[in-house]
Amino acid sequence: MGAGYPAEQRRVSSSCLESRQYLKAEPVVAVARPADELYLKTRPALLSTHSRIDAASVSSSSTKMAAASISVSKAAVTAQLAPSSHVSKASSLKTLPLSAGQASGFGVSGFFSNKNELRSTVSAVKSFTPRQGGVFKIVALAQKAEYIWMDGQEGQKGIRFNEMRSKTKVLQRPIRAGSLDFPQWSFDGSSTGQAEGKFSDCILNPVFTCPDPIRGENHVLVLCEVLNPDSTPHETNTRRKIQDILSPDVLAEETLFGFEQEYTMFNKACKVYGWPEGGFPHPQGPFYCGVGLEAVYGRPLVEAHMDACIKAGLKISGINAEVMPGQWEFQIGPAGPLEVGDHVMLARWLLHRLGEDFGITCTFEPKPMEGDWNGAGAHTNYSTKTMREEGGIKAIHAAIEKLSKKHAEHISQYGLGNERRLTGKHETANINTFKSGVADRGASIRIPLGVSLEGKGYLEDRRPAANVDPYVVSRMLIQTTLKN
Amino acid sequence: MTTLNELLTLSLEDHTEEIIAEYIWIGGSGSDLRSKARTLPKPVTDPKLLPKWNYDGSSTGQAPGADSEVILYPQAIFRDPFRRGNNILVICDAYTPAGVPIPTNKRAAAAEIFSKKEVSEEVPWYGLEQEYTLLQKDVKWPLGWPVGGYPGPQGPYYCGTGADKAWGRDVVNAHYKACLYAGIQISGINGEVMPGQWEFQVGPATGIAAADQLWAARYILERITEIAGVVLSLDPKPIEGDWNGAGCHTNYSTKSMREEGGYEVIKKAIEKLGLRHKEHIASYGEGNERRLTGKHETADMNTFSWGVANRGASVRVGRDTEKEGKGYFEDRRPSSNMDPYVVCGMIAYTTLLWKPEEAK
Repeated sequence: MGAGYPAEQRRVSSSCLESRQYLKAEPVVAVARPADELYLKTRPALLSTHSRIDAASVSSSSTKMAAASISVSKAAVTAQLAPSSHVSKASSLKTLPLSAGQASGFGVSGFFSNKNELRSTVSAVKSFTPRQGGVFKIVALAQKAEYIWMDGQEGQKGIRFNEMRSKTKVLQRPIRAGSLDFPQWSFDGSSTGQAEGKFSDCILNPVFTCPDPIRGENHVLVLCEVLNPDSTPHETNTRRKIQDILSPDVLAEETLFGFEQEYTMFNKACKVYGWPEGGFPHPQGPFYCGVGLEAVYGRPLVEAHMDACIKAGLKISGINAEVMPGQWEFQIGPAGPLEVGDHVMLARWLLHRLGEDFGITCTFEPKPMEGDWNGAGAHTNYSTKTMREEGGIKAIHAAIEKLSKKHAEHISQYGLGNERRLTGKHETANINTFKSGVADRGASIRIPLGVSLEGKGYLEDRRPAANVDPYVVSRMLIQTTLKN
Repeated sequence: MTTLNELLTLSLEDHTEEIIAEYIWIGGSGSDLRSKARTLPKPVTDPKLLPKWNYDGSSTGQAPGADSEVILYPQAIFRDPFRRGNNILVICDAYTPAGVPIPTNKRAAAAEIFSKKEVSEEVPWYGLEQEYTLLQKDVKWPLGWPVGGYPGPQGPYYCGTGADKAWGRDVVNAHYKACLYAGIQISGINGEVMPGQWEFQVGPATGIAAADQLWAARYILERITEIAGVVLSLDPKPIEGDWNGAGCHTNYSTKSMREEGGYEVIKKAIEKLGLRHKEHIASYGEGNERRLTGKHETADMNTFSWGVANRGASVRVGRDTEKEGKGYFEDRRPSSNMDPYVVCGMIAYTTLLWKPEEAK
């Protein structure tokens, strides 16, 4: 791979591929990887004529499973005959030269051995023989709803494991994305550390839904809160606690939050993604918002994630490469206290989910590398109506004053392992110090320069670690600044 | 079937009196070593009895093509650790056919300084601490470092052991024994602060012999790295950033400094060195300005300073010397690629021959 792709690699939507399979009588033959069994992954929504990354999963699935996964939604089946150009090109489709993948799947750097393959379509086809003259069983229209929840153990399972859980419900009668009419479901809480075995049916209660950008079509992501078997909120249900404090006076202040989620990429060998094997990259300096092979590690996943969030309708407001190579940031907001948590959680889920395909683990560990390397935080920008109006700077200062009195309480909830990150170096304030200042990135609370000049706006709480629970941050900021 | 190794280890002295002499000289850059070999009819131990030779100076940047012969004058003999037996290495310096030292021949001027009465009667001793870096052959990146990346920060490597901290020890140990075999007064080795960097010390040796021996040791080192498949670098700052450079600290003493009351003599000598700091620094090695930054155990290039046990000074005096009131001092300014003929000659000149009043 490299600049320019081989002509055979078409950036073809997979729905076209699927339809092609139904239309072709001859078997489709795998070209580059006879040893592996690759099956087509349907991800039509992510692809466009300007293709995004579309990764094939390597699996030793059987023909049956492969065929089943090729079961398509109605749209694909009824896709009109693809333009002949697509058909002919598709038939000459090759698998990518994933020879670097071999046993480990995708090699050390995760996806391709050259970490900066820009964009590539992996269209993998498996060889199979058509059944009985090429007539395939078609699954009837059904909607896949991915029920997503948190097990509340972010940061407690080591550097690689996250707190997100999810399973898929197939709904024969589709429900519109965005509505909350999705049925409750349950899960085995004893397998996620959320219940004892003898009374383990925890309840998933949908709280926010949106289109599934990975599966596309009319499939949905259903974010859920966890309830105990007796329908009381689970102790890890931090979202419900916000609802308790949303009294009319709080709602009147129309609190808004902007959540800057930093994260670090790790490869399968549990080393920072893109770092040279057995060593360290160049010291920090050239990587923040960098461009170029030597300065950027892992952009394809970041771009795919941003697209996924946008397609899902999440309030993602930006991305950037961070100071430490292999570290990135995306921002969610501005959004209300519940909204920001919902969107951040789904964005996190999408990040982990896409990482599977790229061979990248994204961790919210606040200090993944000791030494002269930046940590990962979740700076949270916060404003109330009063702060945003004329003279709001007074409200900002008043809020900071209140926050200064509750420093220890906030810190205790601002993420596990934060003490390794808040050292006073690397653009942090020491964990035991509460400090605020204009444009001061060594402060606990930073007032942006623009805000200071205009006399109104918002403040930035720089203390939360990347693995903080966004529902906790928004709740605590409201609690301390508006309810005391 | 005979292997190459069997041929290489053939013992000549069982069958013939002939020996092989490897004539070694310094090339046109002033720091590249060159050598070629010739057969001599009988073993030789006195360099004065060795024949002069010549080489093609136009291929080493030391003579024009039209008048390319440069004459080699043998100056010092060492046993050849590669060929062993009665075979020898010969350190030479280079002259025009008319007998004039060519411009890159710094030995001739040093020999003149050391032959002066004021210098020879003070019996100047030199201990030269040669630091060097081993590089991977094709990428020219330090040995043991991940290609395209860096090892963990400095700290664990100085005199360290372990596969994650000491890289290249075999080369260093082979060199140590080879130099002892050759008759070089090598006095020690150690692993340096930057991983992949090492040091050996030659001395104490008197006058120009120290410089001859250092060049011979450098030659043996480069031959050994050739065998080992690594590259020897004498660059004073091989890697920019928070990584130590490489120097060639020069320890020095005269008879007076080694006797009672020598500490006063030392202080006077250091004072004189301080008055000629600019001249010395200009001759203490190419690229030294990249190394002498004031950080990484160096003194800033433009500042002359000295102190007891002070590794951030230009000149360091050991605690023992201060305590006993006699001994030696260490000039920490020379870089790893310095020419010992130049440095040793200059230190002797400035401390023993130069008169500050005449300079004014």
